[in-house]
Amino acid sequence: MVAYTVKRLLQGVITVWFIATATFFGMHAVPGDPLAADKEVPPEIWANLQARYGLDKPVPEQYVIYLSNMLKGDFGISYTQQNREVNDIIAEHFKVSATLGILAIVFAAFGGILWGALTALYRNRAPDIVIVFLVILGISVPSFVFAALGQLGVVNINNALGFTLFPVAGWGTVQHMIVPSMVLGLGTMAFLTRLMRSSMLEIANSDFIRTARSKGLPATRVFRKHQLRNAILPVVTVLGPSIAAITTGGFVVEMVFAIPGLGRYFVQAVQQLDYTVIMGTTVFYGAFLVFMVILVDLVYGLIDPRVRLE
Amino acid sequence: MAELSFEPVRVEREVETISRPSLSYWQDAWIRLKANRRALISLYIVIGLLLFTVFGPFVWTVDPAAQDLDQISAPPGADRSATVVDDYAVWRGVTVDVPAGGSPPAAELLAPGAVSVHGPAETRAVRLAWDPVSGAAAYRVYRNILDPEPDGALGLPIADVLDPAQVSFEDRLDLKPLTYYYSVVAMDALGNESRAYRTVGVEVTRVITAAEAVAKGLVEDGDTLQPGDTLNLAAHPLGTDYLGRDLLARLMHGARVSLFIGIVAPFAFVILGIVYGSAAGFVGGRFDQLLMRFADFVVALPFLLFMILLRILFGVGAGESGIYPMMVAMVLLSWPGAARLVRGQILQIREEGYIGASRLLGAKTNYLVLRHMIPNTMGVILVTLTFAVPSAIFTEAFLSFIGMGVAPPTPSWGSMCNEGLKTMLTTPHELIAPAAFISITVLAFNLLGDGLRDALDARMRSAE
Amino acid sequence: MSEITEPSAAGGFDDARDATPAARLDWGALWQLLRLGLIGFGVLAVILWLLAQWNEGGAGNAVDAVTGTVTLTLSQEPPQMDSTRGTDQVSFRILGHVMEGLLRYDANNRLVGAVAERWEGTEMLWTFHLREEARWHTGEPITAHDFVFAWRKVVDPANASQYAFIMFGIENAEAINRGDMPLESLGVRAIDERTLEVRLARPLPYFGKLTAFATYNPINEAFYESRAGRYAADAEDMLYNGPFVISSWVHGASLRLEKNPNYWDAGRIKLNAIDHAYITTDTNAVLNLFKDDKVALTSLNAENLDDALQQRWRINRFADGSVYFMELNHAPDRLTSNYNLRKALQAVNDPAELVYKVIKLPGNLPGRSLFPVWLKGVNGYFRQEYPAPEQVPDEALGRRYLAQALDELGLDEPPTLVMLTGDSPSANKQSEYYQNLFKQKLGIDIKIDRQIFKQRLAKMTAGDFDIVMAGWGPDYDDPMTFGDLFASWNENNRGRYVNPALDEAVEIARSSSDARTRMEAFARVQEIIREDAVILVNYELGSVYVANPRVKGLVRRAVGTDPDYTNAWIEEA
Repeated sequence: MVAYTVKRLLQGVITVWFIATATFFGMHAVPGDPLAADKEVPPEIWANLQARYGLDKPVPEQYVIYLSNMLKGDFGISYTQQNREVNDIIAEHFKVSATLGILAIVFAAFGGILWGALTALYRNRAPDIVIVFLVILGISVPSFVFAALGQLGVVNINNALGFTLFPVAGWGTVQHMIVPSMVLGLGTMAFLTRLMRSSMLEIANSDFIRTARSKGLPATRVFRKHQLRNAILPVVTVLGPSIAAITTGGFVVEMVFAIPGLGRYFVQAVQQLDYTVIMGTTVFYGAFLVFMVILVDLVYGLIDPRVRLE
Repeated sequence: MAELSFEPVRVEREVETISRPSLSYWQDAWIRLKANRRALISLYIVIGLLLFTVFGPFVWTVDPAAQDLDQISAPPGADRSATVVDDYAVWRGVTVDVPAGGSPPAAELLAPGAVSVHGPAETRAVRLAWDPVSGAAAYRVYRNILDPEPDGALGLPIADVLDPAQVSFEDRLDLKPLTYYYSVVAMDALGNESRAYRTVGVEVTRVITAAEAVAKGLVEDGDTLQPGDTLNLAAHPLGTDYLGRDLLARLMHGARVSLFIGIVAPFAFVILGIVYGSAAGFVGGRFDQLLMRFADFVVALPFLLFMILLRILFGVGAGESGIYPMMVAMVLLSWPGAARLVRGQILQIREEGYIGASRLLGAKTNYLVLRHMIPNTMGVILVTLTFAVPSAIFTEAFLSFIGMGVAPPTPSWGSMCNEGLKTMLTTPHELIAPAAFISITVLAFNLLGDGLRDALDARMRSAE
Repeated sequence: MSEITEPSAAGGFDDARDATPAARLDWGALWQLLRLGLIGFGVLAVILWLLAQWNEGGAGNAVDAVTGTVTLTLSQEPPQMDSTRGTDQVSFRILGHVMEGLLRYDANNRLVGAVAERWEGTEMLWTFHLREEARWHTGEPITAHDFVFAWRKVVDPANASQYAFIMFGIENAEAINRGDMPLESLGVRAIDERTLEVRLARPLPYFGKLTAFATYNPINEAFYESRAGRYAADAEDMLYNGPFVISSWVHGASLRLEKNPNYWDAGRIKLNAIDHAYITTDTNAVLNLFKDDKVALTSLNAENLDDALQQRWRINRFADGSVYFMELNHAPDRLTSNYNLRKALQAVNDPAELVYKVIKLPGNLPGRSLFPVWLKGVNGYFRQEYPAPEQVPDEALGRRYLAQALDELGLDEPPTLVMLTGDSPSANKQSEYYQNLFKQKLGIDIKIDRQIFKQRLAKMTAGDFDIVMAGWGPDYDDPMTFGDLFASWNENNRGRYVNPALDEAVEIARSSSDARTRMEAFARVQEIIREDAVILVNYELGSVYVANPRVKGLVRRAVGTDPDYTNAWIEEA
């Protein structure tokens, strides 16, 4: 187990290095300059700028410099937030994104498992049909619409109540977190509901359930110990990448609800071609994702006795 | 026991005769699919959507790029009558001589004595003039769609008339056939407004000139029209968008892009994911490790950045529809999710008893994977597939929005949603129409996917 | 097994048809699910509570009369608060509240003394006399050295300031920035602690206005060096001399200003605090915050005007100051270098239709000239003294020009042109409008090349376009901020337009100190740009906004700090 974990972590480091390398050369191949602004500057000022940021050196040399700094834990200074270190940006904003992401995923996972199991139980009957319909609505309406509608709903509720039940935007208190995380988790919840439903139905027909029933186990026990537990497996598989996706994909929700998360830096950095922030966030999220995948594999080994970790 | 209690069992030969021909897997699946009413309806909806896409533009031949600037953001069923008028003539306005002298502070300025409308109030222009206010340095004209009384909400400040000699204003801003309330306020030299205002209510009629009617193809010959005649502007069954373009025509043309992207791309990357994932899951070991680490690597790449790169790689030029590069990029960057899912399932199924049994019976790898493993992962695969449809449609919308998708004026459902969202409150039809089509598509694919799952599920065969 | 329950249920609940035996199992399973749900809810509550301990924040209402606080939003985190290197609106807006240069604009947009109490300027030499009472927020006096240090920093090549060009009117500034002369040779000198002398490279009648620009703000040298490269990185990394100080700055989340007790004119400042509690570019989010009485200012766009009318808000407007236009590529290998083709495009351009039917936002004016209406001329407004004719579309004229252009270019049919635009919603709308217009009126196909920000800039710089949707915002209150845009030496002349007559007019305006001579030169520039169809002017940007009615004295302006709350006060309810 320990040897396996160490081995996986080492592989993870190599994966992250690959990600960093591909992203570095990828972003330098994109036309445009991180220092370009709406107003052009005289060539001499331009040369000064390039020198200040070390962009006058050849790309491979910049790569070596960047990599050696990265190994020292220094991701450089942002091009757009010119006085801030990328390390600080990640440290300050990731905790917000993580908070939002964790909440959204908890919301989505519990909701998904619950609704999914319920629809499987009531297959083809009213609760199933209603929930499946809502789920389809949930996935066919994009998150920016939900975010806008959610915020509008909050405004109307507050106006009707005469006091602030949920804040319209901003960050900090528990009330601030509830609506955005629900909006963020909605798509994933819909996905997990469907996944859970289909997984439940498949398990219900499998041999070991029949065996368990025929040997006279109580139905509730069969349901919980055998069916539910096995049905959750595919849900757990997608949970790892989902956590990473949801923490990076919070861009729209962060924008609409004015939440100081890392998601918007991640997207803006690409649009602004902010080299250091692109690298910092990509490497950080890459490492985060790889770590999550390893974690899921380990958890998988724990909850599914049939999967052996070599 | 009495002898009569027993009767010998008669041998019934009929039981052993084969009453039905044996069905192949696919025949059986088709029969079960047909029995599923919801799946069947969904199938018809999908076919209907394809017909709508392919043949719709031949039935409704309106150009999706044609802009009808007289009917911007018109909801379905909006009144479209217009009165024919003479050609537009420039209006010089009304000027007065203003005696030189200082301007008193705004608080001392009065309201204009009267505000009047010059000529007819028409959608192309409303001409206002007012009595000069003594000491005013400038005027501000407000316009409201609601009565400013009782609380003095004057509405939109549509113009600042900075020359005090000018006591008139021609409003041409987005006029609709409604009643408007215009208010005029005097301002002092520092630009502060007086509290006093004068309001006039104006009922605006929609007008069109004979030349415009001909240009829009509403009539053959402009000479047949006399000023005062009424005619109907072009019909738009589902209304128009922010540039007055016909929504129905745009939905039909947009379907080509959205359904193509929304169906082909998910199929492609899910199939790629199945092949990749089942290979990894089945072979296992080092090979599996290597493959899955590569999948992790692909997932972590910043999508937008590599999207830009792929476009450059494909050499997509300005204004060219980047639909194929976009699809390739989506496939190349989106498969790992499906691959992980399939691999997880395969790992699980690999340990099932029937696999071992089949192996013992001498089944080959191909047979094991194709006949046992993949059909058993069908449920999860179909769910992934049905979810990939809307997400592909919206990825396309996002990419089009930032200039990396289809080139304007080609519409797509996703980008129509993007645009409609902005006017969600005032003209909801611009959002509802494309969103409804996306929802119907997704719904149809989901129910069809469900039906297929049941039909293709090998274990359900026994239920028949 | 101690008990056997529901043996008949095996496999049953998968099948809808036998509902009765399944019904009993449903309850058992449902109970399991309910338990799962309850556990989930409990876990969620605990996680919420824990996460709330980890994050902090929260803001009050839009206007708080008791504490004298106004709450606002920012469209983004100020990217660069170091005045020598800042270039963007948000940074300048905050700097305008916390810093002060030699001169400033008052509530009525008149130039008044700030750190300088009086000043005199001749053609080439300006002298500023600093106030004795001008202080940094720490109480230390502001000296002429603080200006000398900051201005040298601006032109220092090592500092790589993008706005260094705004100092190029000062003696030797350009040569220093190129690295050809030492910093000390900059034509600015502290005669004593409170007297600053500036020698100019050429006459700049508007130099006084320039000193109100944030790049000209003072910086204390000792403090700057003590921050070791972190100057202006955080609230405590700055010395303030304006009406407010930054009291807390949570990056990406909020930025709070509080009244500066050591400001020399502190009696003038009525507000105690300005809390920028939200940072978002989403205009609808800002509107919703305004509706919920959480912020005191929101701008409106064409899509939510009707909503604002229904709310019966008091709507206001101001000229943003920028001019938007289609820049044409004049490089010899481009079709748009053909005069008649440009004139054809110009002839069918209908700015009135664009503004009234497509943009639909009051406050925008149909474009007539590169010089916007608010610029001052000799006595009054420049555009009233030198009017520009309205651009009235003439399709027949356009077709005549096009026929001639096709003839000259040796083409059989109307060409296809590439129109480069950004990815903003308004750029989308306008480019699609023009695509249709040029197709309908002239038969010219427009390929829209939509690019995200940096890629668009790269293409503009490389001249990779026929037409580009562009705009220009003023840096200072003089026609020159627009006037030299299409001079052959200007890097922002992306269409590479070269015309000696225009260059000559700009040169006259640059070197003369006589107002009438200068304005006549600008009038010539205006005429050349229209006559030669250098660009097609679309519109002058206006802004429509709603402010909380209890906050009085808010100043909106085209040039300088906007919105400006330094003169604002809260009216008692």
